Amino acid sequence: MIGRKWWVPWVWMAPALILLTVYLAYPVLDTVRRSFQDRRSENWVGFDNYEFIIKNPAPLVADTHSALLNNLLWLTLFPLIVVPAGLVLAVLTSRVRYEAVAKSAVFIPMAISFVAAGVIFKFMYEYNPNIGTANALLEQIDREPVAWLQDTRAPQRWITDSGPADAPGPLQINNLALITVGVWMWTGFALVVLSAGLKGISTEILEAARVDGANEFQIFRRIILPILMPTIMVVTTTLIINALKIFDLVWVMTGGRFSTDVVATLFFKQSFVVRDFGVGAALAVVLLLAVVPVMLISLRRFQFQEEIR
Amino acid sequence: MATRYGAMEQPELAAGEERASFGDRFKGFLPRLPLHAVLIAVIIIWSVPTIALLISSFRSPQDIASDGWWNALIPPWDFTWSNYDAVLNQRGMGRAFVNSLLITVPVTILVLLIAAAAAYAIAWMEFPLRNGLFLVMVAMLVVPLQMTLIPVLRLYVNLSIDTEVPIIGGRVFGPNSYLGIWLAHTAYGLPFAIFLLRNFFGSLPRDLFESAYLDGASDLRVFFRIVLPLSMPALASLAIFQFLWTWNDLLVALILLGDPNLAPMTLRINSLVSSFGSSYQLLTAAAFVSMAVPLVIFFALQRYFVQGILAGAVKG
Repeated sequence: MIGRKWWVPWVWMAPALILLTVYLAYPVLDTVRRSFQDRRSENWVGFDNYEFIIKNPAPLVADTHSALLNNLLWLTLFPLIVVPAGLVLAVLTSRVRYEAVAKSAVFIPMAISFVAAGVIFKFMYEYNPNIGTANALLEQIDREPVAWLQDTRAPQRWITDSGPADAPGPLQINNLALITVGVWMWTGFALVVLSAGLKGISTEILEAARVDGANEFQIFRRIILPILMPTIMVVTTTLIINALKIFDLVWVMTGGRFSTDVVATLFFKQSFVVRDFGVGAALAVVLLLAVVPVMLISLRRFQFQEEIR
Repeated sequence: MATRYGAMEQPELAAGEERASFGDRFKGFLPRLPLHAVLIAVIIIWSVPTIALLISSFRSPQDIASDGWWNALIPPWDFTWSNYDAVLNQRGMGRAFVNSLLITVPVTILVLLIAAAAAYAIAWMEFPLRNGLFLVMVAMLVVPLQMTLIPVLRLYVNLSIDTEVPIIGGRVFGPNSYLGIWLAHTAYGLPFAIFLLRNFFGSLPRDLFESAYLDGASDLRVFFRIVLPLSMPALASLAIFQFLWTWNDLLVALILLGDPNLAPMTLRINSLVSSFGSSYQLLTAAAFVSMAVPLVIFFALQRYFVQGILAGAVKG
């Protein structure tokens, strides 16, 4: 509109700007400040809280190393399973007539809460093989039941009963059981987004390749995969951000016990249970610093989308 | 093909064709058997956890504790409503269900209104730093929510306003107040909402706005008469998402709503899990009550749900 007063846009944005400042911008700055202060946010302590995270002096109260490594496991394993699973399912479902049913089945867990998913999988993972489905299946193949959410042993102990009892680092049965729940909840997201990308590929290209004698695998490798690459990147960055921020799932299922803490749950315990606001804030800042590079990649992609718009 | 034959033969031929195509279809089906096997296995694996929950929620406590849910599939069926009865009437879950609605519905409306106004300004008004401001807003998507809760809680304790109105829990604003949790949820929903709506508003045809402005239409008129009606699909997707996020939230309610009389379903179920860890007759029924609303929304509005996912794949 010509002749609009300069303050008009600011009036339209005012409610949003006020809320974003009070509830997001100010808390971030406040947390950064507290990460350089002591446990009651009274005195400045320099980088002591960050040193605490790196040196891990009290592993029984707050095992920062375990939390960092667990987060790293989530960060790698979670997208590494979900993206290929979503991709394969997108290709497979596009070839059958019950596509909608198959996609819905995988997608439904996206709609329910972590709390409900927590109840569902506590029930699935129940130790008693007369109740827990996972252990009932194990019983069918003559294996001992597993305490899925408590067992910190390495997965190979469960398969062979030999090999080192403790896996190197976070590779524990209970971490893998938690990541499985994450996969159950999020594969639908990857499937739906990738499947929409797949629908965007012109059938003429695929037909032309078939006429030229390409087999289905070659078509997937040489045509579908390169065209879908930008979409795959979108899905991957979203999943990485989610894996970094993962909180609810772990909180509801184990509360971070049995060495399943991730950075977000440890932050929560430090802040609200141990009441060491300094270390809690430092953990939150570490989390934010880890997310920022992923966010920058997303924003660059977003700007690119703006240019082609 | 049929034109080469007499009209009399046509029905017979059609039947023959059908037989052949059935045979073809069967031959075509065989190599596709692994494909179907994989997909059906996937459907089963993904559905079993939810189905197990649903079936168990209709079994008596003794049945749940003594054998697996799969045994309940074998007749004679012995299902009961008693778990739902216990959960809804005795465990305060009915109240929690109402609380969930009291929290979720206002938040959804607030997010739509506030985000739409801001998105309209960013998309169709000229002002300095427009794109920079938009990027900052979108960047706030990645802030871990837990990080914001302590500063917000302190702010609430300092600014708390008490009152005697029962519906809002004796408090207008502050911790344990509905206004407090409405505003917090609204703020957390805004970055995604502004991102989604700004992109949708920006894609509306420019001519529409120019001719409206030339006719002397005010911003308010353009906003309510042109932008909002044309953006219904985006608004619907956003409303569904915001509703589900708020409905499914545990964390924000855990910190800002300690009062059990105000607590939403997620909070109640979470405390049921802590105190009745293996009373699956209660847990399964409670979990399914909380899932009912999201599932109905999902099945009724799946199209908008998927559109929202696609439009906002940036959301972290």
